[in-house]
Amino acid sequence: MKIIIAGVGKVGAMLVMQLSAEGHDLTLIDKDPNALESTMERYDVMSVTGNCASMEVLRTAGVMDAELLITMTGADELNLLCCMTAHGMNPKLYTIARIRTPDYLESTYALRKMFALSLTVNPERQTAREIDRLLRYPGFLKREPFANGLVEIVEIRVDKNSPLKDVPLSQFSSVVQTQVLICAAVRDGKAITPTGDFVVREGDRLFVTASATNLSALLLSIGLAPPKIKNVIIIGGGRNCYYLTQMLLKEGIRVKIIERDRARCEHLAEVLPGATIIQDDASTSAVLDREKIRQADAVITMTGLDELNIMLSMYANQQKVPQVITKLGRAENMELIGVLPVGGIVSPKELCCNTITRYVRAMKNQVGAAVTVHTIADGQAEAIEFIIDANTKHIGEPLKQISLKKNILLASITHGRNIIIPHGDSMFQLGDRIVVVSSNGQLIHQVNDIFMA
Amino acid sequence: MNYRIIFRIHAWILGFDAVFMLPALIISACTGDMPAVKGFAAGILISIAAAGFLAFVSRKAERRFFAREGLVATGLAWIVLSLAGALPFWISGRIPNFFDAFFEIVSGFTTTGASVVADVEALGKGLLYFRSFSHWVGGMGVLVFFLAIIPAGGKHDGYMLHILRAESPGPSVNKMVPKMRQTAGILYIMYCTLTVLDVLMLLVFGRMEVFDAFCIAFGTAGTGGFAVLNSGLSTYTPAAQDITTVFMLLFGVNFGLYYMMVMRQFKTALKDEELHAYFGIVALAVVCIALNIWHRMPEAMNLESTIRHSAFQVASIITTTGYSTVDFDLWPGFSKAILMCLMFVGASAGSTGGGIKVVRVTLLFKSIRRNAHQIFHPHEVRVIRMNGARVSEQTVTNVTSYLAAYVIIVIGSFLLIAADRGNFSLTTDFSAVMATFNNIGPGFDQVGATQNFSAFSNFSKVILSLDMLFGRLEIFPILALFSASTYRRT
Repeated sequence: MKIIIAGVGKVGAMLVMQLSAEGHDLTLIDKDPNALESTMERYDVMSVTGNCASMEVLRTAGVMDAELLITMTGADELNLLCCMTAHGMNPKLYTIARIRTPDYLESTYALRKMFALSLTVNPERQTAREIDRLLRYPGFLKREPFANGLVEIVEIRVDKNSPLKDVPLSQFSSVVQTQVLICAAVRDGKAITPTGDFVVREGDRLFVTASATNLSALLLSIGLAPPKIKNVIIIGGGRNCYYLTQMLLKEGIRVKIIERDRARCEHLAEVLPGATIIQDDASTSAVLDREKIRQADAVITMTGLDELNIMLSMYANQQKVPQVITKLGRAENMELIGVLPVGGIVSPKELCCNTITRYVRAMKNQVGAAVTVHTIADGQAEAIEFIIDANTKHIGEPLKQISLKKNILLASITHGRNIIIPHGDSMFQLGDRIVVVSSNGQLIHQVNDIFMA
Repeated sequence: MNYRIIFRIHAWILGFDAVFMLPALIISACTGDMPAVKGFAAGILISIAAAGFLAFVSRKAERRFFAREGLVATGLAWIVLSLAGALPFWISGRIPNFFDAFFEIVSGFTTTGASVVADVEALGKGLLYFRSFSHWVGGMGVLVFFLAIIPAGGKHDGYMLHILRAESPGPSVNKMVPKMRQTAGILYIMYCTLTVLDVLMLLVFGRMEVFDAFCIAFGTAGTGGFAVLNSGLSTYTPAAQDITTVFMLLFGVNFGLYYMMVMRQFKTALKDEELHAYFGIVALAVVCIALNIWHRMPEAMNLESTIRHSAFQVASIITTTGYSTVDFDLWPGFSKAILMCLMFVGASAGSTGGGIKVVRVTLLFKSIRRNAHQIFHPHEVRVIRMNGARVSEQTVTNVTSYLAAYVIIVIGSFLLIAADRGNFSLTTDFSAVMATFNNIGPGFDQVGATQNFSAFSNFSKVILSLDMLFGRLEIFPILALFSASTYRRT
């Protein structure tokens, strides 16, 4: 598919990586030739330097026969203008715009026809929603939904006191007393696919498949269920914080925001009447102690500096805050950060890219192509959802008779609204949704790729 | 540096070298030319053995590839390709000195067309075909050819850009479509189409023999210059000569413009500044030379043949092909001076031709004009434009530093050649360097159109071979091979 991406910033660059790996023809537009050059060096793409809303530049980028335009520049207005211009030139073009300013939320939705937008993405609001989801089940570091939310892969850290410690794989189900499956584990920064002799150890991070209805049972059985969250401290008052606070206040949770900039504080106080706004530098522990970080049910660090977020989260963890969530803007070197005690990690960039990749896949609507893809285990493994269609091999055969490729694991089968955690006798039928976890760089493009040839 | 991936690329290169030799082997066998058959068979076997060895050594190659690897791979690939390509000439005994054989095939792949063989017809059809075909392969680029056909490399294909940049001539090389494979494929499709058209025209209107038509078309397409007859192109029909003139000029045009025309962007393509400058220079040179000859040598030719020969020679030199229909060494001084200037200028960027390239010359003139202007108006800010768009200062700097490197290497090789024990004339030494560095072929005096390079010593031949590679790859890939920083670990 011919795709134009305008703006090669953090998100743009990650999109290029994902979409070029899927074999699309990418043309990039950016004002900064150096940014383009460094992307061109790494990926097989073409580039055009210039203003992406100019007809001349769009023409050079081949807008007339492109199928999709994704605008990712820093300015919302430019993104909108670019989409409108391009759509005016080529009415068959699909457009995706990143819109981040809260003020435009209503207009870009209500007037999306006029702005010629097929989809808008708002990474900050997505981040807020993701954090909100995590706060509903405190204890999980991450939740990845599949099959329209019926199945989830959740991330659990095994602590010193965890009942899961030193449990062999064969006894795992009886310990947790629910139907779950460990589909991947990270030990010492490396992802492993559990086999029969796998024994859970302290410090492991487990990726567990469970049906959404079993999540609280799972939490209870492993003794990770802390009391319901009632008050939250958010450090950093950016746009993420605004969206998140809105959601939390609506659920009746008390929110305290610590932000350094005076003007920003005043603005937040104006638009978020229910929240407590503290103007101070959260990087000193005295301020955090004064604001009673120890009494908070959850601490969320979302300043603009990843390093600061990591430091603050580690401090909060040391102060025994039950739930800590760290926002990472750059999300590079995840294998280094993943081993630090920073609680759950949420990356706006990754969320945004996943949304767009999903949209592109739906547009392509290829037979047997993946429906959902989530990267798990610090990017070392992928959880992919497929729908079983007539072309799929081995329909209706018991799993013990099917041999899967190495490092591939069938994590769940959703039959109608029933969730099956696979074992030797289970099988999949036409129309089922399956979740497959692939680690160690196995490339899976369509469902039949998981079987041994 | 990731040596293994470079070995892997060279395994491919040698494998393809063997494939290139296969048709030549068949032709030699059909013409009953046993020494050539022996040469090609040995060449193929050695290439395949070496390719197999390299493939084995590099079987666990990482795909990490950066600008440094791209430059080194390209520079080295051309040397390895030529070493293997020299084998048939050497083993068949037709060119008994290995340095001569190496010079001959480097001259082929770099599309120079400078020869060490006095009696080319004695080489035999197989070797003649191989020589001409090497022009065709070298013209568009060997590695670009691999880019078009080797299987896609998966995730990190961006590195291939370094190879395209290293091998394609011109100051700013870019892709035509997002995918590298498709870009390379489009280039080769256009290249093949034009070549086939040339062959058909030569056969139908030029009334040439089939073997000659193919070989001459290969040389024209790659802007090479190896002929198949001792008399060059002088004995072919006037129509065949005119067709070759037109096609030489066509292959000296940026292929990006042809792609624009295929995409129906005729206006943009025809408004290209470099295209105007290129044809402007050609027209001016033809008129000047024709008048000069008409004035100085009225007894020698009639009007038709004067124009035909001067047009042919101008096209041949500016596109750096190096075919000849007359011995232009006998022309008056002014005409020879013009041809010498055209050697510098060369063809367009993104074409198969060599030389400094018209676009670089244009940019240099614009840059000089700006600097001169700034002496009187030091506070005025001016930008340099090309086709209406601003040329970045980085590009201007690159062009000037390219020219500086060009001049230094030309002077250096001139000095080394002048030390040759053959004690040639100044014109011979200088034009030999110019003719090889700019991938033209014939120079003046003792390396003129009817002469050859066999009189030089082995040392001079190696220097001239390197000059050809410098010229074809635009200096830096070869320079990278000789730079210590290339091999430093950090």
